[in-house]
Amino acid sequence: MGRTPRPLFLARGTYRQRRLRDAARLLPILGGFLWMIPLLWPRGADGQLVSVVLLYIFGVWAGLTLLAFVLSRILREDQDQPPEDS
Amino acid sequence: MLSLNLLIFVALSYVAGLFIVAFAAERRAAKGQDGWLRSPLIYTLSLSIYCTAWTFYGAVGYAARSGLEYLTIYLGPSLVMIGWLWVVRKLVRIGRAQRITSIADLISSRFGKSTLLGVIVTVIAVVGITPYIALQLQSITLSFEVFANQSGTPWGRGQLQSVALWSAAGLALFTILFGTRNLDANERHHGIVIAIAVEAVVKLCALVAVGVFVVWGIGNGISDTLARIDASPIAHWDQSGGRWVGLTFLSAAAFLCLPRMFQVLVVENADEGHLATASWAFPLYLMVMSLFVVPIAVVGLDLLPAGSNPDLFVLTLPLSQGQTGLATLSFLGGFSSATSMVIVATIALATMVSNHIVVPIWLRSRMQGAALSGDVRAMILLARRLSIGGVLALGYVYFRLSGGGAALSAIGLIAFAGLAQILPAMLGGLFWRGATGVGAAAGLSIGFAVWLWTLFLPSFGVGEVLSARVITDGPFGIGWLRPGALFGIGGIDPVLHTVLWSILLNAGCFILGSLITFPSPMERLQGAQFVNVFDHSVGAGRWQQSSATAEDLLIMAQRILGPAEAQALFRAHAAGQGKAGYLPDVTPGFVDLLERELSGSVGAATAHAMVSQITAGASVSVEDLIAVADEAAQIMEYSNQLQAKSAQQDRTARQLREANDKLTHLSVQKDAFLSQISHELRTPMTSIRAFSEILRDSGMTGPDQQKYAGIIQDEAVRLTRLLDDLLDLSVLENGQVVLNRQTGSLRDLLDRSVAAAGLRDDGIRIIRQKADEAVFLTTDLDRLSQVFINLIANAQKYCTTSHPDQRPELRIVVQRSGPDFGVDFIDNGIGIRADQQAVIFEKFSRLSDHGKAGGAGLGLAICREIMTRLGGSVTYLPGQGGAAFRVLLPPENQISEALVAE
Repeated sequence: MGRTPRPLFLARGTYRQRRLRDAARLLPILGGFLWMIPLLWPRGADGQLVSVVLLYIFGVWAGLTLLAFVLSRILREDQDQPPEDS
Repeated sequence: MLSLNLLIFVALSYVAGLFIVAFAAERRAAKGQDGWLRSPLIYTLSLSIYCTAWTFYGAVGYAARSGLEYLTIYLGPSLVMIGWLWVVRKLVRIGRAQRITSIADLISSRFGKSTLLGVIVTVIAVVGITPYIALQLQSITLSFEVFANQSGTPWGRGQLQSVALWSAAGLALFTILFGTRNLDANERHHGIVIAIAVEAVVKLCALVAVGVFVVWGIGNGISDTLARIDASPIAHWDQSGGRWVGLTFLSAAAFLCLPRMFQVLVVENADEGHLATASWAFPLYLMVMSLFVVPIAVVGLDLLPAGSNPDLFVLTLPLSQGQTGLATLSFLGGFSSATSMVIVATIALATMVSNHIVVPIWLRSRMQGAALSGDVRAMILLARRLSIGGVLALGYVYFRLSGGGAALSAIGLIAFAGLAQILPAMLGGLFWRGATGVGAAAGLSIGFAVWLWTLFLPSFGVGEVLSARVITDGPFGIGWLRPGALFGIGGIDPVLHTVLWSILLNAGCFILGSLITFPSPMERLQGAQFVNVFDHSVGAGRWQQSSATAEDLLIMAQRILGPAEAQALFRAHAAGQGKAGYLPDVTPGFVDLLERELSGSVGAATAHAMVSQITAGASVSVEDLIAVADEAAQIMEYSNQLQAKSAQQDRTARQLREANDKLTHLSVQKDAFLSQISHELRTPMTSIRAFSEILRDSGMTGPDQQKYAGIIQDEAVRLTRLLDDLLDLSVLENGQVVLNRQTGSLRDLLDRSVAAAGLRDDGIRIIRQKADEAVFLTTDLDRLSQVFINLIANAQKYCTTSHPDQRPELRIVVQRSGPDFGVDFIDNGIGIRADQQAVIFEKFSRLSDHGKAGGAGLGLAICREIMTRLGGSVTYLPGQGGAAFRVLLPPENQISEALVAE
């Protein structure tokens, strides 16, 4: 099964696209980490106020959505090209 | 006060509206005006069936009971969609490349189009989703009950059950009408997609409207609402870390594995590019959906009487404030959530049931030639319609049996945990080439069994299915099998306990099974297709024996795809092969294509079985595969040979070109040689003729006669010498010369040569280092001396010093550097010009005046030929102050120094 050899180095534009894809892949990991942070806060009867946690979680949510939006807009230019790898 | 009849009228109008919207969408799609139906926005909205009535009503109840934990149900899917490049993109690509019809089809297709795996996944899905459908029916009846109680005429149990029954029947009608219009999964259900998109908007608007009313209508803005939250029973952050992490994982897994999510995410996907939009728009949708949940819960807990069902706060809160219109909107939102989920879940389950259970059984019951007899298309459509009816009937029966007892959210999590069992096989199949069907079956079965035992069966309540004894002591008194504490580890949250053990055992068995078993050829091919989907999106399975006739295949295809479509497909392929008519040659490629087309309608396993029945290549044997591999290897070898041959031909062509150049050159040389030789022969001949004529014609005196005869004699000698030289050269060039090998000392050889050169006393002076010349040679000494004589004679003839007073000298130097052994002849004359150095060894090349030299210009040419024959060379040595020639002898001609010394 002969695979077409992949080029070792890429043009600047393609390189940028690849790194943006890397960023998009890392986004859920960042999100998961941020959403687990409230578990480190004081819990129980005199724990952190729920309203604060609520604001924090929705703030992270909005931030992630915004980042995903920006990334999907930049990545869109690359849509027509065959995806590279996975 | 809203009358119940008005509410029923509103609900029916809403349903009628949905029917109209769906019909309109289908019509537009049929006319080809489906541009906006395929937009990323519609796709994102259709994903919102993740939010069911469980979300709409249950999230508030969940928040009222457990604080912020309800958020985990939405955080997981948000992460999955934000990270779409990891899994979802690959799923969608595979779904399109392999024409996947359902999640059961995905698993079955990945593991060698296995019927068994399709059945296992279908069973898991039906068992897991039926309660979920019952839950939706329950939510509809509960919301009606709220309004009935409000209007002062509380309904009895019978009336509530009839609401559920009518809802189920209506949903079945809608689903059958719009969900079975076409068989092919890759043709989208436009009507249904557009209907659920509308419902997505309705439920979002309804929940936001209630939220806005709660925050700004009842409350006094955002800060006031935050203060209310801080004053409520759920004011303090008291979240179990295990449940927070575990439920986030569980919801992410369920998002990928729920049949209805797979249906909208993969099967109904029209364009992979829509994922980019959904990656941010769907998390945004979820965020807005869950934004007002806590305020509604807190205000509901505050205002409504203690003991009211928090699951229904979304309805009861507006009603308690006299907001009938808002309550009606809220009711429609909940109704939308329930119906859209039921519709898509039913389609997904019905596809799975008909493709993986009903059709295979039907095919087997007919045994031979099933695909050729009977109207398969109608039969499959019927199977799918019956499956839709069956799934909804099951849901209704479950609802009747369970009696609507459990809290809404609990059953949702139980379903999630059941469906999450598919995750290991799915991800393993997507990313691991080594995953095998046996491993997947083992993992799925174990996971399913653990889930049934530890979560599903106990959920019916103590003493219902499992007796209290079993729950406290384990089955037959085996303590470590207690449903709530497997392996004796108790005290864990039940959902977490199940998720932990089931996924752990599932993944463990899957991996272990995959490691120790060997996949079938079909599995390995499909595995490569799935895992490397981005490398090559071509189909597998090109090995069927093509004993099938095209006509048989056409007959079968017509019965599944419909006559028009099947004929178009066959005709297009025949045209592609350059044939007219409808019957293309049955090539493996065509069978493969046909199978893939059919799998879009009936699933990969069934399509494979049906095509195999006709093509007789019912199973793929290792031999077939080896034959394919052999063929490929042969082709590769052949192509390599061709490449080598082509390179060889290039080389030959180059050699031929060079040879041609040489021949052309030689021909030119030959012409020049002939004209030279004629010239050389003519000169003495002319003299001889002239003088012999004089001798003949005139009476000559003695001295004159003698003089002329002498001239004739000289010219004849010169002629003879020339001819001798030519003959010599010709013999040498043709390699006919016989070498006469002798051994002798170089010194003697040079002595003889110098003597033979016939030097005049006033001529050139020879300078030698006789000590160096004490070397013995074994070669043709006569020939070598001929070369030496020629070089010495040349020096004598041509050496002209730059200064008239200077006496010409010739130094004969023995050279020994490395293995080479040479003799240099260096004079102190003016040397030879650089441009002439190249031609001096050519025949008839003379540098100076002809008469003075008295030779034909063959001497150096002969020298070169002789040296070539002897295995050495004679070259011009530039940069020595005068003309210099180096005679190189091959090393084996020397005799060692020691021998010389004695």
